[in-house]
Amino acid sequence: MAAEAIDTASRKPAAPAIELRNITKSFGSIRANRNVSLTIERGTIHGIVGENGAGKSTLMSILYGFYRADEGEVRIHGIPTPIPDTRSAIRAGIGMVHQHFKLVHNLSVLENIVLGAEDDFILERSLTRARSLLLDLARDHQLEIDPDAIVEKLSVGLQQRVEILKALFRRADILILDEPTGVLAPSEAERLFAILRGLKNEGRTIVMITHKLHEVMAVTDTVSVMRRGEMVTTCRTCETDAGKLAEFMVGRKALFRVARDSAEPGERVLDIQDLSVVGRRGNEAVRRVSLCVHRGEIAGIAGVTDNGQAELLEALGGIRPATGTIRIAGREIDCSRRAASARSMHEAGLAHVPEDRQQLGLVLDFRAWENMALGYQHRFRRPRSRLLMDISALQDLTADRMRRFDVRPTNPSILAGRLSGGNQQKLVVAREFGNAPSVLVVGQPTRGVDIGAIEFIHRQIVALRDAGAAILLVSMDLDEILALTDRVAVMFDGRIVGERITAETDATELGLMMAGVVTESLQ
Amino acid sequence: MTSLPRWADTALVPLFSLALSLMVAGLMVLWIGENPFHALGIMLKGAVGTAYGWGYTLYYATNFIFTGLAVAVAIHAGLFNIGAEGQATVGGLGAALVCLSLEWPHWSLALPAAVCGAALFGAAWAAVPAYLQARHGSHIVITTIMFNIIASALLVYLLVNVLRAPGQIALETASFPPGAHLPTAHEILGWMGIGFPKSPPLNISLLLALAGCMLVWVLIWRTRLGYEIRTFGFNESAAIYAGISPFRIVMTTLLISGGLAGLMAINTVMGEAERLLNNAVQGAGFVGIAVALMGRSHPVGILLASVLFGILYQGGAELEFHMPAIDRDMVIFIQALVILFVGALDNMVRFPAERLLAFIARTR
Repeated sequence: MAAEAIDTASRKPAAPAIELRNITKSFGSIRANRNVSLTIERGTIHGIVGENGAGKSTLMSILYGFYRADEGEVRIHGIPTPIPDTRSAIRAGIGMVHQHFKLVHNLSVLENIVLGAEDDFILERSLTRARSLLLDLARDHQLEIDPDAIVEKLSVGLQQRVEILKALFRRADILILDEPTGVLAPSEAERLFAILRGLKNEGRTIVMITHKLHEVMAVTDTVSVMRRGEMVTTCRTCETDAGKLAEFMVGRKALFRVARDSAEPGERVLDIQDLSVVGRRGNEAVRRVSLCVHRGEIAGIAGVTDNGQAELLEALGGIRPATGTIRIAGREIDCSRRAASARSMHEAGLAHVPEDRQQLGLVLDFRAWENMALGYQHRFRRPRSRLLMDISALQDLTADRMRRFDVRPTNPSILAGRLSGGNQQKLVVAREFGNAPSVLVVGQPTRGVDIGAIEFIHRQIVALRDAGAAILLVSMDLDEILALTDRVAVMFDGRIVGERITAETDATELGLMMAGVVTESLQ
Repeated sequence: MTSLPRWADTALVPLFSLALSLMVAGLMVLWIGENPFHALGIMLKGAVGTAYGWGYTLYYATNFIFTGLAVAVAIHAGLFNIGAEGQATVGGLGAALVCLSLEWPHWSLALPAAVCGAALFGAAWAAVPAYLQARHGSHIVITTIMFNIIASALLVYLLVNVLRAPGQIALETASFPPGAHLPTAHEILGWMGIGFPKSPPLNISLLLALAGCMLVWVLIWRTRLGYEIRTFGFNESAAIYAGISPFRIVMTTLLISGGLAGLMAINTVMGEAERLLNNAVQGAGFVGIAVALMGRSHPVGILLASVLFGILYQGGAELEFHMPAIDRDMVIFIQALVILFVGALDNMVRFPAERLLAFIARTR
């Protein structure tokens, strides 16, 4: 069990919770943090915004003891506190909720919370003690949870709750959240904000890293903006607005709306009838979904996470078998267990930008040019050879596409894992868009991507539509759905619960449908 | 993904590991009262100081190239084939059956046939663990090591009951017909007018092994199949996303791996013994694991690592002969140290090296 956070007696009354002084951190030749100073008052919610690679995560990793700063000082409650490792961070009362949760999936909630903080050689006794402590915590903070539930059976929102409880269990009074709403649906995000406000009112300090400016405006008291490793500004949230913050982030005027003409839909290209898909946990994740997308149209699928969208995408990508029919340009594609394959989908003219670029869309240990062939390896054949790949052609094509799709650095030999998140996504986009597909299915194309890249990717999607592709966009981000799509279908519990013309609906109506409330009068 | 530059990853780390293992081995030699530098001198002179020594060193290296390539191909698909030992054993059976089946008129006919036999039998021995892994997820580390034991039992059974020459007591088949005799280094170099001692078993199989290195390089880095193997090895879900069938990749990769391991028999069974003996593989399958790890699963690295282990084997035999205080077990101990340091304790050297280089980069 971690020691009592900080001796309350030695705490100077007015000292800020966190003081970072002139923090500098380099990775090789890259300076991730340059002379960063930041002061966060006790009992506030502080937002740190910035594009990918701006240095937010590095700064927080230094605070949590993952990295050691090359220079600079960390003060917690006014006391200089060296944080060489995460243990020291926990001892100093700092807790962190990572963007990708650090939970053991097949253990229960209680076991996850105790893990690493067992206070007894006999596990059973630790668990018993932890159980009552956990129930107290859950009650005091309105963080109800079943201590015996297995973590992998919980929704993403609840898993995040476990992470927060884990930090509180370790007596954190400073809580760092890295992109906490990245995986949450809007309603879940609201619930999270309520929890954060509650923790603040108890005097805890919360630091939140995010890309989403409206969340910063909604929940934080103070906000700072980072750009290229430097702290650009820190101010009170009520004295600024999203537009100003965005300007600080990108260093120029940001465009929020994509300039686009209205759609001119043509004939049906993607036609899905009665499609059912069995999901990861053996449940029927998609239930008899019928949907069509026309040439020159962007159709959107809105919905709260885990309502079958992921499985629908995977079935369309040929990754997951399905029952029912999928027709592309009138031709039926066999998607049964024996025949489902990404290759047959590609051959029919379908391209797929998967939700998870790091796990599915890219091989991070591969170079950019090797990734450019992923899924299209059959097309890079040496002339007159069945086996050999035409590597020089592939490298040339990659260099060309990286320029066209603004992947930086424009080096075909760079390892994909060395690219920033936004550039990784642009590399996937370059591959999937570059082949001029007749159907494009896209999952969460801008999740965890910086504003500059979001804008670029949105423009590319519209350009592909205008070139005549039929596009199906799955996104948890309602703003994205409203900004990009011509028509939107809402998925709830594996079914499509309604379809609207985007221009004739709004966030409120879609939000209700996403929550499973379908009012007949609206239809 | 390593943060080390390529030269440090491929050359510095293995060489440093090797130096470290020799140091520890040297301390052991010192401890039993011998001079480690003298011992090292004997080893090097015995292994690479004479044409005779090279003849043995490269003969051993040939074995390790085949098994090292076998392990490496599987590693590229993220599979750990520790069954090269058994696959080579059964490959020997294939080579022997081919050689004994006909009164071969000339080695140039017998060799391709025996290559097919050895590779097919080796691949067949890998096929069952491969299928179990691909279809049912039975881990090949477990199944291949079981198949090693089954292979040696099978060979003993066949030698005792089926293949033993009539009237023969030893566990071995009849000698192969003269037409199946592979040219030795002595003979090949002799055609070119170069003198080479007669007794070392080095033979034309070395060229076959070198060709194997070339082909494996082309396979892994230049063919579509190699691309798919590496994709699967790095990230299975990305492979499925790319339309690659995991079943097909696991099967194909392990069949190739088993075939390469089987080819080792060309060197030992056909090239050296010219008959099938019991336990002809003698642990080369396991050395192949160390060779593949040390050689970073790259054919050039495997070639170099194979020669190194060839030196250790031959030098060790010389050491045993010339330094009575160092017995067989001591030699095996030294070889094991090298395997331990360069194969298993790689990270022990790698992490400090990463930190050191980062430090140098920063001070600059």
